[in-house]
Amino acid sequence: MIGNDRLAVRKTYKLYVNGAFPRSESGRTYEVTDSKGHFLANVAWASRKDARDAVVAARGAFAKWSGATAYNRGQVLYRVAEVMEGRHLQFCEEVAAAEGLSSSKARAAVDAAIDRWVWYAGWTDKLAAVLGGANPVAGPYFDFSTPEPSGVVAVLAPQQSSLLGLVSVLAPVLTTGNTAVVVTSRQRPIPAVTLAEVLATSDVPGGVVNLLTGDAEELGPWLAEHADVDGIDLTGAPAGRAMEFEREAAGTIKRVVRPPATEPDWSAEPGLSRMTPFLETKTVWHPMGV
Amino acid sequence: MTSTSSAFEYAPAPESRSIVSIAPSYGLFVDGEFVDGTGEAFKTVNPATEEVLSEVASGSEADVDRAVAAARRAFTRVWGPMRPADRGKYLFRIARLLQERAREFAVLESLDNGKPIRESRDVDVPLAAAHFFYYAGWADKLEHVGLGTGPRPLGVAGQVIPWNFPLLMLAWKVAPALAAGNTVVLKPAETTPLSALLFAEICQQADLPAGVVNIVTGAGDTGRAVVEHGDVDKVAFTGSTAVGKSIARAVAGTQKLLTLELGGKAANIVFDDAPIDQAVEGIVQGIFFNQGHVCCAGSRLLVQESIHDEVVASLQRRIGTLRVGDPLDKNTDIGAINSAEQLARIRELSDIGEAEGAQRWQPACDLPAKGYWFPPTVFTDVSPAHRIARDEVFGPVLSVLTFRTPDEAVAKANNTTYGLSAGIWSEKGSRILKIANELRAGVVWANTFNKFDPTSPFGGYKQSGYGREGGRHGLAAYLKGADQ
Repeated sequence: MIGNDRLAVRKTYKLYVNGAFPRSESGRTYEVTDSKGHFLANVAWASRKDARDAVVAARGAFAKWSGATAYNRGQVLYRVAEVMEGRHLQFCEEVAAAEGLSSSKARAAVDAAIDRWVWYAGWTDKLAAVLGGANPVAGPYFDFSTPEPSGVVAVLAPQQSSLLGLVSVLAPVLTTGNTAVVVTSRQRPIPAVTLAEVLATSDVPGGVVNLLTGDAEELGPWLAEHADVDGIDLTGAPAGRAMEFEREAAGTIKRVVRPPATEPDWSAEPGLSRMTPFLETKTVWHPMGV
Repeated sequence: MTSTSSAFEYAPAPESRSIVSIAPSYGLFVDGEFVDGTGEAFKTVNPATEEVLSEVASGSEADVDRAVAAARRAFTRVWGPMRPADRGKYLFRIARLLQERAREFAVLESLDNGKPIRESRDVDVPLAAAHFFYYAGWADKLEHVGLGTGPRPLGVAGQVIPWNFPLLMLAWKVAPALAAGNTVVLKPAETTPLSALLFAEICQQADLPAGVVNIVTGAGDTGRAVVEHGDVDKVAFTGSTAVGKSIARAVAGTQKLLTLELGGKAANIVFDDAPIDQAVEGIVQGIFFNQGHVCCAGSRLLVQESIHDEVVASLQRRIGTLRVGDPLDKNTDIGAINSAEQLARIRELSDIGEAEGAQRWQPACDLPAKGYWFPPTVFTDVSPAHRIARDEVFGPVLSVLTFRTPDEAVAKANNTTYGLSAGIWSEKGSRILKIANELRAGVVWANTFNKFDPTSPFGGYKQSGYGREGGRHGLAAYLKGADQ
């Protein structure tokens, strides 16, 4: 791109819903700049209707994704890492532009984001053993507990960390067998759109992840109150609005992850704390006898 | 009403109530001793006779504040710093004391709640003791719970419990909270405070340090004061979905952790290859256990169409032999409805069931003249849209629906905003496992129903709540992991 007088072909930045890349049904876009204020793109500005369409897509994809074998889900998530690796340079440039990072810091963030998929990919077929098991009840019964996904999870992605933060909140939702409707960072959405292109070519079934570029402040309330959303991660909720979103979520007993006081250091190893909030435990009893 | 052949006569066999002495009035249990409440006292009655059993203090906001302050002191100074093994030993003591005084608790529970002595004696009280015994053993093994190294207690837990299993729900709440190193302020249900107050005596006999367990009786306002108190770190609630939603709203924006165990409308699915006689016993156990005052009750019977008539006939024959009456009688199967208010709700929903076109069937049975009673009831010709197929009745009322294929059974079973429990009856193992997999419910009983155990996680999907009670999952609700 540098030292080349060829005129670049620019990309149209669209939403990612149900495996396709539609514009916002509202026709809206908004301007995104790099950290220095230079124009980058006009990205699709998702509306309430787009969010509702995304929920329909996520619900439709849930049975297949949650019903896939854990081994299969692990391989698909690993493939996300493989395909991201091929776009490493593109992600580095986009993260550097979005977050104003030096190229070495941007590379570290992209490396960590790719490695995070690998880390979570390895969890899919271990969770049931770690979080479930046989229960030694005092009677002639076989009794066992297994973790199962909650369903459709809305994710308000971090506002600062455009890729590593996004992957850190999205991957655990998928690892556990949930499907996701993600509202990306408002100011820094471009790495998310590229991630959508990766997901679309990584054997992740359409509808499992739906990425909406736009404003968490606008879409948050609709997702929080939506009756077909089972859980919501409020990490990227705008300051001062999280409590209101959590109240809305109470109306349908959603599983809620509250936002941290300040955006955390996403480079630390995550632990289980982002997977367990969107897991149910199912306990099955059966008598033993002859 | 259709009459069936009535069961043969039994001589009355009442359990003696002399084992229990109920004081004419009770205060609140705060900081290790009974104190007067500043709210207006209320009466608790025996729902089988409408006799006033005692007058109980109602905790005001100021009382709740004192209780939380006592719990905080105990957490900071005594219970938190205590050697974990010693915390465990206190819980073992409590388990043993409950066993020693088991009959007293059983009689008291049946008097205050209306449940048959057979159930309070054989289920509620032994399970309550078992919960303390189970969690006692966890107290010094918390690093093995699975939350990473060095899990920490949350602090003060505010706990609000329902009237259907007063002592057992207390045990489900208090035992894991204490084992994890928290202290508690517990609000028992307004209509069933007595076993919790007797439990306070157990705490005294165990020499449990003052303030570790505080019991504040009262109604909804008292519960709200506990839930909304600024120095409570954790809220645990068992009760209706409506109240659960208001609690979730109340804790929004705080740092309080919340677990909710709410309503249910469980499907109990009977396939054509089920052992019918066993299934009928399970259906009866599923819906008439504890007068149907069970959040996980099997209140929607889904029968495969080809065996509908046979199952319903067999069920009616069996229900005709159930004995409804004096909860203290050892032969009683179905006791009293817990309160006039609950009885009114059961009547209302049953009337709506008829008005919407379902067929009501009840056996001929003589109900006592005084007290709150409702006969075991079966509705047939129920459609999934009927309110008796959707709303939680929380009474001895069964709705019968049919299905043709396993897929239809799953779709109908999951067609509810609740997701607490479900039942499957079939002799085919692979079918059971597949259906169990597809049901969106936290507990699935296959060829059995309404079984509980301290080692076995219990709790709901969807609007039946979140968090689990029982097992190591139950501890996670009262601990902060290393990465949290």
